[in-house]
Amino acid sequence: MLPNLGYGSLVITLIVSIYAIVSAVIGERKNLYKYVESARLALLLTFPLLTLTVISIVILLVNQNYEVQYVFNVTSSTMPTYLKVTALWGGQSGSLVFWAWLMAAFGSAVTLRKWDRDHDLLPWVIIVSSVTLAFFLIMIIAFENPFIRFWTLPSGGELVAMFAPAGSQLIHPFDGRGLNPLLRHPGMVIHPPMLYLGFVSFVIPYAFGMAALITGRSDDRWIRLTRRWTLVAWMFLSIGLILGSRWAYDVLGWGGYWAWDPVENAAFMPWLSGTAFLHSVMIQEKRGLFKRWNMILVIFTYSLVIFGTFLTRSGVLSSVHAFAQSAIGPMFFIYIGVSFIISLAFLIKRWDDLRSEGVMTSLLSRESLFLINNLLFIGILVVVFWGTVYPLISELFTGQKVTVGPPFYNSTTGPLFAGLLLLMGIAPLSAWGHSTWKTLGKALWIPATGSLTLLVVLFISGIRSIGALIGLTVASLAAFVTIYEFWRGMKARHNRSGENYLVALWKLTARNRRRYGGYVIHLSVVFMAIGIIGIELFQTETQGRIAPGESLSLAGYTVTFKNLAEFDVADGRNVARAVLSISKDGKDLGELYPRRDFYYDSQQPMTIPGVRSTIEDDLYVILVNWEQISSRGATFKVFHNPLINWLWYGGILLVIGSFIAAWPDPEKEIELAPSRIMKKETGRLVSKP
Amino acid sequence: MNSNNKVLSRKKITFVFFILIFLMFLIPIKNVIAQNDYPTDDQVNVIAKELYCPVCENIPLDVCPTQACAQWRALIKEKLIAGWSKDEIKQYFVDQYGDRVLAQPPARGLNWLVYILPPVVFVGGIVVVYLNLKKIKKSPEKILQDSTINNEKYLHEMEEALNDLNKKEDLT
Repeated sequence: MLPNLGYGSLVITLIVSIYAIVSAVIGERKNLYKYVESARLALLLTFPLLTLTVISIVILLVNQNYEVQYVFNVTSSTMPTYLKVTALWGGQSGSLVFWAWLMAAFGSAVTLRKWDRDHDLLPWVIIVSSVTLAFFLIMIIAFENPFIRFWTLPSGGELVAMFAPAGSQLIHPFDGRGLNPLLRHPGMVIHPPMLYLGFVSFVIPYAFGMAALITGRSDDRWIRLTRRWTLVAWMFLSIGLILGSRWAYDVLGWGGYWAWDPVENAAFMPWLSGTAFLHSVMIQEKRGLFKRWNMILVIFTYSLVIFGTFLTRSGVLSSVHAFAQSAIGPMFFIYIGVSFIISLAFLIKRWDDLRSEGVMTSLLSRESLFLINNLLFIGILVVVFWGTVYPLISELFTGQKVTVGPPFYNSTTGPLFAGLLLLMGIAPLSAWGHSTWKTLGKALWIPATGSLTLLVVLFISGIRSIGALIGLTVASLAAFVTIYEFWRGMKARHNRSGENYLVALWKLTARNRRRYGGYVIHLSVVFMAIGIIGIELFQTETQGRIAPGESLSLAGYTVTFKNLAEFDVADGRNVARAVLSISKDGKDLGELYPRRDFYYDSQQPMTIPGVRSTIEDDLYVILVNWEQISSRGATFKVFHNPLINWLWYGGILLVIGSFIAAWPDPEKEIELAPSRIMKKETGRLVSKP
Repeated sequence: MNSNNKVLSRKKITFVFFILIFLMFLIPIKNVIAQNDYPTDDQVNVIAKELYCPVCENIPLDVCPTQACAQWRALIKEKLIAGWSKDEIKQYFVDQYGDRVLAQPPARGLNWLVYILPPVVFVGGIVVVYLNLKKIKKSPEKILQDSTINNEKYLHEMEEALNDLNKKEDLT
């Protein structure tokens, strides 16, 4: 019953979204408002319909209906209920349904806004959102149906199908395979939804951008309308990336947080183009420049969102040939190609209309520095994109598989990231339109003196790594400039109105949330940079086999092996858990419990490190191996990760900054661009004279 | 004569005894040397870190938890004991499993593209940015801005002048 309901709802949603596309096209072509309104309502309907599908899957998962193949693959009786619910995005089919559901939610949310002044954009926003949604629905229904079930044929054979073949019986497996152990971490409960929220939210700015392109609106209205969407999308994507890093650190058991793995890169690439876009749109808003570039960036970001989903869902990463054999891989590939070409075609068509309204007037102006900022972001994007796809190209053309690993990415992106940090320290002090060395130097000398002092202190304290010295100096410059900017604003308010400094800070931020929220995000990036420099350049490690009572030493810490126990737990795991006592300079710091979990249902092990965290460093211990019978000795790998927690603190600050920047302002009257408007009274689209 | 022979054989026995004692000391010494030469896990991991698991995707050999990788780490240890250098061991793995075990592709043939393309594109980007920045000129907007600054200064001076005037008028 439930599988049929969920599947039926999926099919109806596809029909409705196709109807929305057709109705919006007719409404736009024939200038008939009622068709556009009908399309809007249709898109609105997709959300409750897909909610029904999602609820059906969740009930099937929680009720352990193992006759459904998806439920069988991602759950087992030993899993707690919350993991059964989150198994919705634990497998291919479920995650695509989840993607589509979010798309329907965001598409619906967009249709609910006031469209009085932007009715010309509405049909195209509906079309782009519905086309994206319909594509995912087709993928789900045709290739990744989460409701297909196991059947026994009269001949005795078994079959997986949506509907019962003649004379067949449903098979009810006793238990499921269970969720991949790596996905049973609390971080994984939140990480995929955040990432998907980020991915899907970026469809909305793209939809508005395309609507503006198609309708020929060359003003910045589409950017103003989607500014908050973009920021929210960027925030979710950032949270997704940070949570993914934390998950890797906690669960993958290799002492790091980022491996430049293609799956990580898939989420990182739209973030890079999205961040460039976030900065670049400000230039268009303030100075009317880079209209074409902003269109290119939003098209890139959308394509990279789909490309990221394609990379992770098509099997292409394991092998080019797996992609060719997979059902959805080629379809994704075609969709990315077609949508990219159509977008570029519209861009070329409107190329002349998107001419900049002014010219840059100074090399040191804010817009010039933002342009360099964009160059660096896109430079990193090119490196990451190429490093991700090159192994596929190599396999395709030479048959030779290669690995493009961290050494390549670190050496190529490191200087570019340092350049971005430097710009983050300079750009906030430069003015829009015009800045000179003199004005910039006057504003910059106090923070720059602070940074250079720090450089000297770091050098005297014994740091000789060039990368660390440069990185920490430019990071500190960005931090000092940001703090200096807050201080200047607070002081100005305090001097003018006598407010105390805290009230001045509050009102300053409240009056210009976007600017000061952005500054908080800059500070968060500095925090993260400190954490990354700490672990990347100063991480040390040792590994050794020790008997109970023996110790390993690293970075002043002494790790003493006390004992090891192996036992089964109720959720279907066999746990090998070591007890280690930790001391530093003779001072007892308590115990750590690194362990190896073995999941019986999926027959997979998982390494959970024992971690002692402080603001200064992490002591991170992995249980590598042990003697199973006598437990007389075990091998441990110990990492010392300096400053790593600054990365996570930075992540929290980033969320706070994003909230500040995205928090709605009181409704302001926005100047309308000369354009076509919709007259509801006549029910026809007309052009403004 | 007999006593001489006895003395000689006693000396021989003593000599052999001391040789044996000496050899007995040598055996543990040899063992100690062997133990000191026995590679530690850290020495193995220095090499394993630069190799990628041929089975698992994108996981360095030093941290890969699979049984296969544990065996490959043991193999590195054996090669180290046999006196192989780091490069020889890495080459051995390349010969066995292909270039994919290396952390980055060797710079030859098509692989040059990995290293050449990003800088070429980046330089292209720099040219585009340069062309944009080259267009920088003192546009009317700049002049407007300068004049705004001057106007503000002028207005400020005017206000001060008016205040002075008002004061004078009040006095009269």
